[in-house]
Amino acid sequence: MTGPALVSILRQGSYLIASIHTALDDSQMIRFQQDLIEQIGRCRSRGVIIDVAALDVLDSFGSRTLSNIAEMARLRGATTVIVGIQPDVAFAMVALGMGTGSVYTALDLEEGLEYLDASTAAPTTSVP
Amino acid sequence: MDDNAHMSDQVTEAFPPQEPGDAHQLLPQLVAHLREHRTKLRQEWASRIGDSHLLHAMTPQEMAAETTSVYDNYVEVLETGSVEALQHYARDLSERIIPRGVETHEVVGIVLLLRDVLARSLFEKYQQDFGLLNRVLDAYEPAANRIANTVAVSFVDERERVIRQQQDAIRELSTPVLPVRERLLVLPIIGVLDAERARQLTEQLLAGIRTHRAKVVVMDITGAPDVDESVANHLVQTVDASRLMGASVIITGLSPEIAQTLVTIGVDLSKMNTIGDLQGGLEEAERLLGYTVTRRDSSAG
Repeated sequence: MTGPALVSILRQGSYLIASIHTALDDSQMIRFQQDLIEQIGRCRSRGVIIDVAALDVLDSFGSRTLSNIAEMARLRGATTVIVGIQPDVAFAMVALGMGTGSVYTALDLEEGLEYLDASTAAPTTSVP
Repeated sequence: MDDNAHMSDQVTEAFPPQEPGDAHQLLPQLVAHLREHRTKLRQEWASRIGDSHLLHAMTPQEMAAETTSVYDNYVEVLETGSVEALQHYARDLSERIIPRGVETHEVVGIVLLLRDVLARSLFEKYQQDFGLLNRVLDAYEPAANRIANTVAVSFVDERERVIRQQQDAIRELSTPVLPVRERLLVLPIIGVLDAERARQLTEQLLAGIRTHRAKVVVMDITGAPDVDESVANHLVQTVDASRLMGASVIITGLSPEIAQTLVTIGVDLSKMNTIGDLQGGLEEAERLLGYTVTRRDSSAG
């Protein structure tokens, strides 16, 4: 792939933080899915945050892939949170009947981390 | 200003100006005649307005003043053929009389009455020469129609402007999104929810969730008399969209009527968190956010 990265997958303790920087087409989305699922195993992650704050559109394939990723991540032992859905995107998704299934969603990265801390057994950002 | 230009275009299209020549010579004659008999014709017009029970809202003095200036404007338009001054006057007049409850049919009615009164006087003057009368009417009628059209359009435009202004005002007031505690928003909905308001409500709520970083929203619809199916579905979608943004919505104050409507029309409410009244909703929201509210002194109050 040439040019600036379309997504970044960063490791933060036992979590993975994946940011989507620009609208992805279907094949790019699949590639992102493969990379992320693979990384979950490699990093032994307990939680995944997918940040879509930069997106001003999210098509049905995109949102279905996101909920698929969440389901795959759960099978690989990680909880997924989708964060940063823009108001317009949120309403468009609901109006078109393409929610994110049972995936937990949060306002932004901070909220997402908080949720993961609360829901996973081994919090990393705040050691008791 | 653009409006004006557009309007005069339309008017000219509907009533194209007369061929030069005949009308050129006849109109000044006609105007002179109308100027000469100004007082008599105006009074006749005013009395016919009275007979037709138009313009109740105005006192006789006001009526005299307005009819005089409308008359003069009318004759002036016949003379110059330009409706621009009349447009301004009509708009100005509408602005004054609309708040007093003058209706469209009254305004159109009085202009048509004036048209008739003047036409009648022309008949009288030219009744000997039928051919001349015909040519005079050829000159007079298009101009008169143009005037009636201009006045009516100005009046309706002005009324629509007032209505738009009021709609904007209502819209701004209608959906406040109020932060009551950190991360807790209250959204009181009062009055009829139509599709436009529902759309705006969603927009403001989702923006509010982001600005205030809300986790819980209490939407109180005690003040909403009824909702129809599309608005109900819209509310459900709003709740879903809020969830996507990480906030949970509690709906309170569902009236018995709305509850029956929602169940009857089969809106999927399984995902909606509803609580009887606003107080209960706030208590639930505080519980969700981990607040505990206790009275400092249990004997007080």
